[in-house]
Amino acid sequence: MRLSLFITCYNDALFPQTGKAVVRVLERLGHTVEFRPAQTCCGQMHWNTGYLRESLPILRHFVHVFADAETIVVPSSSCVAMMRDHYTKAAQMDNDPALAREVELLLPRVFEFSELLVRRLRVEDVGARFTHKVAYHPSCHSARSLHLDEIPLHLLRRVRGLDLVPLANSQECCGFGGTFAIKNADVSSAMLADKVRCVLNSGTEVLTAVDNSCLMHIHGSLHRQRTHVRAVHLAEILACSEDESALAADQHFTFASSELPR
Amino acid sequence: MTNPQSNSRQLILDRIAAALGRDTAAAASAAPADYAALPRDYQTATPAQPAQRIQKFLDRLHEYNAECMRVGSESEIAPAIAATLTTRSQSSPTPFWLAVPSGIPPHWLPASFDFPLADPLTLDELNRQPGILTACSVAIAETGSLVLQSAPSQGLRRLTLVPDFHLCVVFESQLVSAVPEAFARLNPDLPTTFISGPSATADIEMTRIKGVHGPRSLHVLLVAD
Amino acid sequence: MKRETQPGQQNQHWNRRDFPEAARQALAAQPAADSPFEHSQTRRNVRHATDVIQAKRNAVTAELHEWQALRRAGAAIRAHTLEHLDHYLLEFEANYTRRGGRVHWASDAAEARRLVLEILAPHAPREVIKVKTMTSEEIGLNACLEDHGIRPIETDLAELIVQLGHDRPSHFVAPALHISRGQVRDLFARAMRQPNLTDSPDDLVAAARGYLRQKFLTTPVAISGANFLLADTGGVCIVESEGNGRMCLTLPDVLISIVGIEKVLPRFQDLEVFLQTLPRSATGERMNPYNSIWSGTPTGDGPREFHVILLDNGRSPILADEESRQTLRCIRCAACLNACPVYHQTGGHAYESVYAGPIGAILTPQLHSMHAAQSLPYASSLCGACYEVCPVEINIPEVLIHLRSQVVQQQQSTLTGSLGLWNLAMQSAAFLMRDSHRLPAAVHLAQRLQSALVSRNGFIEWLPGPLSGWTKTRDLPALPAESFRDWWQRTRSANSPSSPGAHPNPESSTEQRHD
Repeated sequence: MRLSLFITCYNDALFPQTGKAVVRVLERLGHTVEFRPAQTCCGQMHWNTGYLRESLPILRHFVHVFADAETIVVPSSSCVAMMRDHYTKAAQMDNDPALAREVELLLPRVFEFSELLVRRLRVEDVGARFTHKVAYHPSCHSARSLHLDEIPLHLLRRVRGLDLVPLANSQECCGFGGTFAIKNADVSSAMLADKVRCVLNSGTEVLTAVDNSCLMHIHGSLHRQRTHVRAVHLAEILACSEDESALAADQHFTFASSELPR
Repeated sequence: MTNPQSNSRQLILDRIAAALGRDTAAAASAAPADYAALPRDYQTATPAQPAQRIQKFLDRLHEYNAECMRVGSESEIAPAIAATLTTRSQSSPTPFWLAVPSGIPPHWLPASFDFPLADPLTLDELNRQPGILTACSVAIAETGSLVLQSAPSQGLRRLTLVPDFHLCVVFESQLVSAVPEAFARLNPDLPTTFISGPSATADIEMTRIKGVHGPRSLHVLLVAD
Repeated sequence: MKRETQPGQQNQHWNRRDFPEAARQALAAQPAADSPFEHSQTRRNVRHATDVIQAKRNAVTAELHEWQALRRAGAAIRAHTLEHLDHYLLEFEANYTRRGGRVHWASDAAEARRLVLEILAPHAPREVIKVKTMTSEEIGLNACLEDHGIRPIETDLAELIVQLGHDRPSHFVAPALHISRGQVRDLFARAMRQPNLTDSPDDLVAAARGYLRQKFLTTPVAISGANFLLADTGGVCIVESEGNGRMCLTLPDVLISIVGIEKVLPRFQDLEVFLQTLPRSATGERMNPYNSIWSGTPTGDGPREFHVILLDNGRSPILADEESRQTLRCIRCAACLNACPVYHQTGGHAYESVYAGPIGAILTPQLHSMHAAQSLPYASSLCGACYEVCPVEINIPEVLIHLRSQVVQQQQSTLTGSLGLWNLAMQSAAFLMRDSHRLPAAVHLAQRLQSALVSRNGFIEWLPGPLSGWTKTRDLPALPAESFRDWWQRTRSANSPSSPGAHPNPESSTEQRHD
């Protein structure tokens, strides 16, 4: 299948290794991946902060760039949630029936990465090997908007050598919430402290999720407190394969590479 | 002089009509059809075997710390009430009796006890009644609820509130499975009280405490019929 | 809508601080031990209470296989009612009046208070007993009564605790959930003159029973709210647990119920939905101990005079907005508070509003036509837990975003707002993000400029201005030297898509580590 990658703006700049991992997994499964360099952002940050008018040209740009893409894969559930929950309303708000029609045609072809694997491509075992303790953080958008339910867990359970550990209160928000983390920094930090305590109590070595935004937030505190728990996007775990495990083990993640010497 | 009340009434009605962009008459004419079209894909009748229904009701009463006795026929009500009165009197340091609302069938009442009529009592007198005996309109298994209406044998609403002990007679034919079935049986024109266990609070550290202002003891006499 | 400023007004007590500031103070109150994970007593109380209710709620909603159908029906009935609100209010008025009740209409808080005083005047009570009512809190009734020499006695246990402690409710189903039993003991021991009272909940409840019994038997006037009004029967439905409600509704000579205009339901039968969803959502019970449903002044059973005050106070304008109208579907179960991770941290007081939590964050600013409490729509991480539990399917995150957009438009309409830091930042970001060339160029620029901020460990540990909120507790990863886009361009020909094995191994890049 020909798959068009929407890397998302923050993954592009901050977490390129996640995009590489997505490419690697999909190619390993025999699919063709394309990347449209004209892509920018889904408009979520502006929309969620109340800058609806400002987000319109951004999402319009997204729709135009991907209008003729066959299937679009996005390694970020919150960006997919932005499209599914708000694009139709945005097009109506803009009084643009043509845009509304394009959105209507486009949305069924947009998939979050793990959702694409399990629901669209019907794969659970992607041939990955990752010999670490892993806890899964079901990010709010993946759970409550996309209803991914057990999908990421199904994928993780098929990873060889992976020891999946339970995470207490996993359904509770980590406190990121985009600009919420800045506008309400104190509450956000308090929510994060609860989340980090659960992560540390789980005894995990690696925390994973389908959103780097939440992982960046949680890892921001794990790193500040000089813990050695790593935060790794699900795609990067799935990219670590049997034959390349040595290489993979060495390069889990950017976060991992910058731990302080003990 | 204008009446400020009629002004506010009209003001509020006008604000609503303006906010919704149509006049009140239009709302009135559209309401019945719109209402009839509302989705109601929940169950209004639950097929359950009588035995399951009764067991669920007993389980719920037990969870609420309500006591339940069962008898096999209406003729056994009087002996069961007599037994309750005897037990209660023995365990209570002060005299115990049951007041009754008007309309309680005389054959429910065991001959050797007094059952003062509660309807004419003043509040102070009612407050001195240790217990009250009533019937009910309908009971709900799913929620362990007794539903009383202001009607003969069920009494005025305060009668089942002020005394500290309430004994309620429920016939098995009055027991329905779920809330919608109860509503189908109720008379909407009568004052109605749903009673689900003794009064309770969890306001202090979420610890459920039985018995705040209403009766602290709720007894149910379930009668096969 | 003009906000009122008379004594006893809600804005005397509420909406003084913005949410971030109030939340910061709530989080800093009673500084915890050195661990950043230790909570203060109040936060522990809130957390414990919401966890307990939430667990019970989850259990009793999960066991009801038709829960989603009941939510759908509840949402549809409430939405339908709001669309025909004037019609149903008139139907309620006609039927309730026919049964001996009196309806009063209050367009705002001042009028509602005046109506209460007028109704009370011929009875000249020194005291009135009260059932927990949010509308009374909303119109600042207690302060008003005290100003007129009438002592309001709260009879709900939690409200009594709050009243005796000169505190404010922090939750609209369990107003005292922030207070521990030891604190309750101290309050009761003092107010009820029982120095030997223990802190066992049984003893505390018994003390409240003894303290209030004579008040119930002798006070001639009671004031309540209502959970539902029923148009077809002129009925009033009040849901409670302790029996204080039934005492107030049946024993006094006069009863005044202050009810928001949105609380009407079309039919008596509609309660078959809400008496399933409300108790399960509010307290996690299959049914709360007592529900009272009646109309007017039935002969010999209950008060001789029964007044319903229909309170608008900012509600009707909310109907005009199709997007946020759903706010008025609310049946005040407070499930969204119990589910909200923000509420878990701050408790109710930080909202500086009668209505706390997610529903308060959307209702409060709208009741003030968006001229107050503008920080509340931002008091959410948009995690969606509130929407998930709402028994009438209010899409709170959607309404929050909608209200945020109104706040933004307000700010942009003023010079200071449009030149404010947030607006400039968001405008600049939008300028970059809507263009295929500007965004990559900005990333390149940032890659070069960030070096001053990046620590030796490769992370950013300090940021200036509003961004310092992030770095106070969190590190931020630095931008890697090569973005995904640049890696793709460098390693793959721009115009031909990849195919398996046709391209260099993505992991072979030497630049994907940045330490």
